[in-house]
Amino acid sequence: MAERKFGWGSRKDNALIGKDIQRIDGVVKCSGKAKYTADFATPGTLIARLLTCKHAHAKLSALDLAIVEKMPGVKAWHQFKEIGAEIKWDGELIAAVAAERADQAEDAIKALEKVVKYEVLEHFVDEADKAGAEAAKRLQKLGRNARSEANKDDVDAGVKKAFADAKVVHKGTYGIVTISHMCLEPHGTHAEWKGDDLDIHMSTQAVSTTPAQFAEGLEIEMSNVTVTADYEGGGFGSKFAAEEWGLATAKMAKQAGKPVRLMLDRATELKVAGTRPSGFAEISIGAAADGTIVAWDSVHWGTAGIAGGGVDVTKLPYVFDFPNRISQQYGLMCNTGPNKAWRAPPHPQLCALTMTAMDDVAAKLGMDSYDLFLKNLSAVTNGREAVYADQMRIAAKEIDWKAKWHKHGDTKGPVKRGLGMALHTWGGGAGACKCTVKIHPDGSVESFVGSQDIGTGTRTVISIVLAETFGLPITGVKVNLGSSKYPASAPSGGSITVGGVSGAHRRAAQTALWQIFDKVQVKYGLESTDGLNAKDGSILNGGDKVCTWKEACSLLGKMPLEVEGTGPKDDKLTSAVVGGVQMADVSVDTETGIVRVHKFVSVQDCGLIIDELTARSQVTGALTMGIAYSLSEERIMDNKTGRYINSDLQNYKLPRIGDIGELVAIMYQPDSEYNRGVIGLGEPPVISPGACLSNAVANAIGVRVPVIPLTPKRVLDALKGARA
Amino acid sequence: MRDPSTDSRETLPRESSGESSGRSGSGVNRRDFLRGTGAAVAATAMVSQVQETIAQEKKKVEAVAPAAPVEVKLTVNGKEHTLQLEPRVTLQEALHHDLQLTGCKDVCGAATNCGACTVIVDGKPVYSCATLAIETVGKKVTTAEGVAAMEGVSQVINAFVKHDATQCGYCTPGFVVAVKAFVDKNPGANLEQILKGLGGNLCRCGTYAGVEQAAVECCKGGK
Repeated sequence: MAERKFGWGSRKDNALIGKDIQRIDGVVKCSGKAKYTADFATPGTLIARLLTCKHAHAKLSALDLAIVEKMPGVKAWHQFKEIGAEIKWDGELIAAVAAERADQAEDAIKALEKVVKYEVLEHFVDEADKAGAEAAKRLQKLGRNARSEANKDDVDAGVKKAFADAKVVHKGTYGIVTISHMCLEPHGTHAEWKGDDLDIHMSTQAVSTTPAQFAEGLEIEMSNVTVTADYEGGGFGSKFAAEEWGLATAKMAKQAGKPVRLMLDRATELKVAGTRPSGFAEISIGAAADGTIVAWDSVHWGTAGIAGGGVDVTKLPYVFDFPNRISQQYGLMCNTGPNKAWRAPPHPQLCALTMTAMDDVAAKLGMDSYDLFLKNLSAVTNGREAVYADQMRIAAKEIDWKAKWHKHGDTKGPVKRGLGMALHTWGGGAGACKCTVKIHPDGSVESFVGSQDIGTGTRTVISIVLAETFGLPITGVKVNLGSSKYPASAPSGGSITVGGVSGAHRRAAQTALWQIFDKVQVKYGLESTDGLNAKDGSILNGGDKVCTWKEACSLLGKMPLEVEGTGPKDDKLTSAVVGGVQMADVSVDTETGIVRVHKFVSVQDCGLIIDELTARSQVTGALTMGIAYSLSEERIMDNKTGRYINSDLQNYKLPRIGDIGELVAIMYQPDSEYNRGVIGLGEPPVISPGACLSNAVANAIGVRVPVIPLTPKRVLDALKGARA
Repeated sequence: MRDPSTDSRETLPRESSGESSGRSGSGVNRRDFLRGTGAAVAATAMVSQVQETIAQEKKKVEAVAPAAPVEVKLTVNGKEHTLQLEPRVTLQEALHHDLQLTGCKDVCGAATNCGACTVIVDGKPVYSCATLAIETVGKKVTTAEGVAAMEGVSQVINAFVKHDATQCGYCTPGFVVAVKAFVDKNPGANLEQILKGLGGNLCRCGTYAGVEQAAVECCKGGK
């Protein structure tokens, strides 16, 4: 018998893998029948609301929850902060009240708002103001990072010489502001006690790892906690933890003897449940006459909240590295809500800072931006130089770069058109995953995995892998996920889920199939199992039908066959590291400052694609989110009050359906990609939009709008500066 | 999105007769908020005047003080329900909390035109979080669940699934209802009209491209 090896089948033989397969939970989601945490209500569920602080920096000086105890419908309450506790940002949680109806809980919160008192302290919230932070003693000096490991003086001298020798030296200031995750389903929890057991439904990206956090926070056994997430209304990196409000929900449920549901209100969701750190930079680049970059010197700063921090200095410049390079980072300790991982952290910021500065070098040299990026591909650090070149060629053809290109600012009339590009990289290797695949004697198939579908199509991907392996229609397998009682799987973050679950389920399914083949061999007196294959509901030998799938499964006897799958393993089912190129065609109205996207092209590799339909959705979704953070969305802090003043869906500007233009998602998938195995896709296409759109605007108007998002005001200010 | 002037969509609001004039009476401008005196406001975009009106309307809702529950009869998806509700309870809460029709979602919490709570009231798309339950007594309310029940699975839902117009899915039921209401009123709408007419719903995952394709397909279908 030939050695049995895990692997994917021949590409041309796939019935499902790589095709456009509709999401298996599409109808459930569209019809409103999918129950999210915010929808989950067992009988008697109480609804909780929050009292939050309206100061950026304060001490809690008075609060008495006793006043809510006798209010209509109120059954439980919780105080997050003790009297005297320091509050460090607008929106920090002070108290919660659970009542029979939402209105009653809100009445109680209004009553508390009248009695709560604070001692207001000095605050600092201006994330771009490095000098101001220094004066206010809110500036951290963070890491310095150099290409060379030589001593500092030698490095500095080398960089200085490289700049002196360079044909052109460009100096510029750039920035990308803080944004919020803005999950449409806010963070929140439904908690119900059943004796000593705690049932948690929560909007989470991490069902397998969250029970431990509840157990620790509530001082109970981990085995008493079950975390369930059937559906999750957006996470984008912000939903990995039990969180203080989750623990409070469980405590209130205990106090009331009833289930409690607490979802953050919209303003609190924006203020405390996750932000993407900002980055501002002064960048100097030296380049040779042909565009080859020979020197880089950058100082950047920003904030991830009160802890300071910001964008990791070791990753700047991004994708590329240059012979003589130093970079220095500062953090601003701001009285603003804490950061959380935001889709591809912190690559969008790194990409924006690096590739806008590179594009300005092209402008300074009078070069086509395409040629400058091409010229410097030999300096990419992920080994994918040739793939980037190919992707650039494909993207340029799609957007008609050669015909449409003009020199930066070489346009007439009030509405100017321009092209821009950027490129990016991401890992996306498979995360840890354990699953069980169960084949019943009647031929029905189930699987169990403690992973979650956060909208990326995990259920559908697993269904495709199992159905493909067993030669069944996609409806022939039943996927169970989203419970901490299923085999443990990694949280869904960093584009590790599709690789993790695909690898583990393929291994389990192939193992199960081989065991079934062995039984078929005995039953039908075959010489070998080498020629056996499961296809179209049958077991084939060579091309000849041996028996149906059901007949084969009946050989299992009375007990179902259960096989465990694990991963990742080094067996080529999965791998890591992707690249992508994006190009945009925009117009800028120089009278209003409005930027419109006409066409936005993404060429992206991600190894073997399981479902091309949902893969393209990941890309077009990422481009849309990219348009949002590049053109309109931002957290606006009011320096005077220290408050997050646009923490609502009216003033936190997201694009609408008419604002996105034509999005083109080209999946780069030659056989060389298929042969790499499965790699995650969620993060990479959201990285380039900031730089890409900023470069397109700079090409259109001939001047850099330094800070992203490129709001009409920033565009007009940049134009005004250019005229001054 | 952005400054009001950035938007190519038609600027609103409309008259106060309760009937949207839209484009040539087509109802392309699809938001009618029926509230209190019967004043109607249609909004598809971030229009300051509309926002002001919405803010005023919101204050009205908040001004409704706690009061004893009253009997409220609602006709939802063809079924009549009798509920005991305080007068201040919104239609969104009555549907989501009391009737467990959870396709009708509270996302913005404040009638700031995110669209996730969109339902059809007497043929018109309405933000149910900006509507009191008692205002819809005697009217026919249709939710996403009701749309799904039409002719087995509705053409709109099939088109959404075909074009993968859902990711996390949280905005999706509201979007489905909005498309259903739009297509019913504008079966022959062109792309420009579709993009204007569906400006009242927000998505964070970025499913607009799929929604656009689904809506185009439904309009071509002429149903």
